[in-house]
Amino acid sequence: MCEPAIGEAGKTGDWRDMRPVIDHGKCIPSVKKRAACYLCWLYCPDGVVKAGIPVEIDLTYCKGCGICAEECPAKAITMIPEGDAHEPC
Amino acid sequence: MPENLFKIHKEEYMLPGNRACQACGLSLGYRYILKALRENTILTIPASCLTVLHGLYPTTSVSLPCLNTTFASTAASASGLVAALNVLNKPDTTVVAMAGDGGTYDIGIQALSGAAERGTDFIFICYDNEGYMNTGTQRSSATPMGALTTTTPIHTKQQHKKDMFKIMEAHDLPYVASISPAYPIDLYDKIVKAKRIKGTRYIQMTAPCPPGWGFAPRDMVKIARLAIETGMVVLFEIEDGKFRFTGRSKTLAERGNKLPVINYVERQKRFMKMSIEQLSQLQRWVDGKWQEYLKRAD
Amino acid sequence: MSHVEILTGNQAAAIGARLCRVQVVSAYPITPQTSLTESLSQSIESGELKAEYIRVESEHSALTVCISASSVGARAFTSTSSHGLLYMHEQLHWAAGSRLPIVMCCVNRSVGAPWSIFNDQQDAIAQRDTGWIQLYCRDNQEIVDTLIQAFRIAEQVYVPIMVCYDGFVLSHTNMPVEIPDADVVDAFLPPYKPRAILCPENPRNINPVIFPWRRPDAKGNLRDGYMELRYKLQAALDESRNIINEVSRAYAGTFGRDHGGLLWTYQADDAEVLFAAMGSIATEATTAVDTLRNQGLKAGVAGIRSYRPFPRAEVREALKGAHTVLVLEKDISYGYEGALCSDIKAALYGSDIRPSIHNIVAGLGGRDVKAREIVEAAQAALESISQGEREQTTWLNCRQGSWL
Repeated sequence: MCEPAIGEAGKTGDWRDMRPVIDHGKCIPSVKKRAACYLCWLYCPDGVVKAGIPVEIDLTYCKGCGICAEECPAKAITMIPEGDAHEPC
Repeated sequence: MPENLFKIHKEEYMLPGNRACQACGLSLGYRYILKALRENTILTIPASCLTVLHGLYPTTSVSLPCLNTTFASTAASASGLVAALNVLNKPDTTVVAMAGDGGTYDIGIQALSGAAERGTDFIFICYDNEGYMNTGTQRSSATPMGALTTTTPIHTKQQHKKDMFKIMEAHDLPYVASISPAYPIDLYDKIVKAKRIKGTRYIQMTAPCPPGWGFAPRDMVKIARLAIETGMVVLFEIEDGKFRFTGRSKTLAERGNKLPVINYVERQKRFMKMSIEQLSQLQRWVDGKWQEYLKRAD
Repeated sequence: MSHVEILTGNQAAAIGARLCRVQVVSAYPITPQTSLTESLSQSIESGELKAEYIRVESEHSALTVCISASSVGARAFTSTSSHGLLYMHEQLHWAAGSRLPIVMCCVNRSVGAPWSIFNDQQDAIAQRDTGWIQLYCRDNQEIVDTLIQAFRIAEQVYVPIMVCYDGFVLSHTNMPVEIPDADVVDAFLPPYKPRAILCPENPRNINPVIFPWRRPDAKGNLRDGYMELRYKLQAALDESRNIINEVSRAYAGTFGRDHGGLLWTYQADDAEVLFAAMGSIATEATTAVDTLRNQGLKAGVAGIRSYRPFPRAEVREALKGAHTVLVLEKDISYGYEGALCSDIKAALYGSDIRPSIHNIVAGLGGRDVKAREIVEAAQAALESISQGEREQTTWLNCRQGSWL
């Protein structure tokens, strides 16, 4: 009847009014150059965080909830207004 | 990947770009529920927020087979799946019914009680966002005392939250558990364990709802944690009647430093009309349940 | 070898379900269906029928179990009456919309308030818009035969089927029934081949939310909207007319009994006055016809076997020579007239067939309908028609007057 696919609701990145920006100078896996922390990946309700080195957020689908910014122990993620964004995360 | 996260199955069965609200508590928990269940699963879900998350025809956001059913019938739908899988010699497929508090506590309770009483071999997961959220935040029997909803818009909910755990325990179930998206690993472990048990397994997940409860989306995990810190939600499992605290609730039980509920209610707009009397009743209710659990844990 | 036994309607239904090798049975007891479910429980627990019996806590759950079981690929069966049928009303729509070949016996019983356990057909007739095929049985032989045919029809068109028979009148009375040979039934009704399976190997979301307009899938193909799916259900019911007739003929060829496909007739060829009726009351009408013929009146019966899909063409064919049609039914569509009567009138609209049509509402709440009362009602109707009343509704043997 109905097949699984990403983006069933379209590009949910369009829902955002705030977007996450990662400071890789503070992000623990980037700093330590190994797999570590990844609480942003753990707590993302949509699973759009890629737990790599560096951590990447899929902005096509990120809804901008801000949980990653709130939970990051290194305060490496900031939420900035969508209108001010000028570079990929 | 840090060690405790290594064991979590990597595949995402809940695909991004779905219709759940941003910061949905159900959404976060569901990611891990599905990772724990894996492929050999059939889901059945009633009308609820989860239906919307699963998506509109002709596409779905979940890569596991799912049968939608009417609001009252979730557990009966699961009963039919189990019966047919048995008759067709596929008894190893896990049948999972997942409903909101409405589809569990209220309209769905009859079918759930029937299926549980018959010892139906399935997992029933209630995601509890404490109201009929899919239709815009109406009061359910799972709504806590003192909360504003669109059907308790002035006086707030007058009754305490119904104790669904007690009701399910009365069915002599092999496994009853409480989970939270604030603690995904505890959640994941419990689903993995439940999968291996036979009989009716009842698992209830608190699912904080930013628009329904009135808090900023980014605070969802924090609110979920505060619920546990204050004892409004308790993490536990009951195996064959034996109660055990788990995770953060276990620590709180051992150290005796649970926070007063005001820390929880003052952060949510739904409690802004709560009276002092209601607050103290709520505190007594939480303390009473906590004491019962402490006694059972000994 | 087939053999004859003296059976009640409920026993006949239980045997029919067993011969159909139903795999999942789920039912809740209700008078006058109860002994059917008990009989099936006995068959299953003794091992005679290899099936799962789910002793659900309500009728709503009973049909739900059939729906999910059928979705996974099992042949599913349930039965109910009256309030049980009303309780599962939501699921009737759901089953038809899901396009599942579930078969259900409805042991017709009147509905409250106030309570009545006795027979009429209001329960099933009130479900006529749900998208189920409805077949009405005249006697206990027809119950077994129709059940076997029903699964074959349902599994071809993917529409659920309600096999209706009158409570107490048939369910609890004994009649000789020839029980078909199991091997012959197996050849006539092969195992169920499901159309859309719910399985881990090919994950799908079944019966999700659908929008009013057509929408593309992830590959860009434009797929159906709600209305297309509803059209398909209607088209399936339209197509089922042929299938019901074909299966009826095939059954007659294999087992030697022909119950008429969509519509059966009795002495209708030269009839000037025709009764139209469904179920056991139609058999009563045949007795009335014998009496009327003895009195010199050319009477006959058009027996509606398939109420949905409604046999418009067969009704026109059967009624074309009659100057009077007496629609004898055990139901009423409040605020208008008997449902069968409206349907008959609508079937004739657009043709040149314009008999006088009188509606005789009879037997509600199990009030006995005797052949001689039908004869008297026919005579009174003809008298009334001769006075110019081409259309009239009469409540048979019922005190009338005020509305409070």
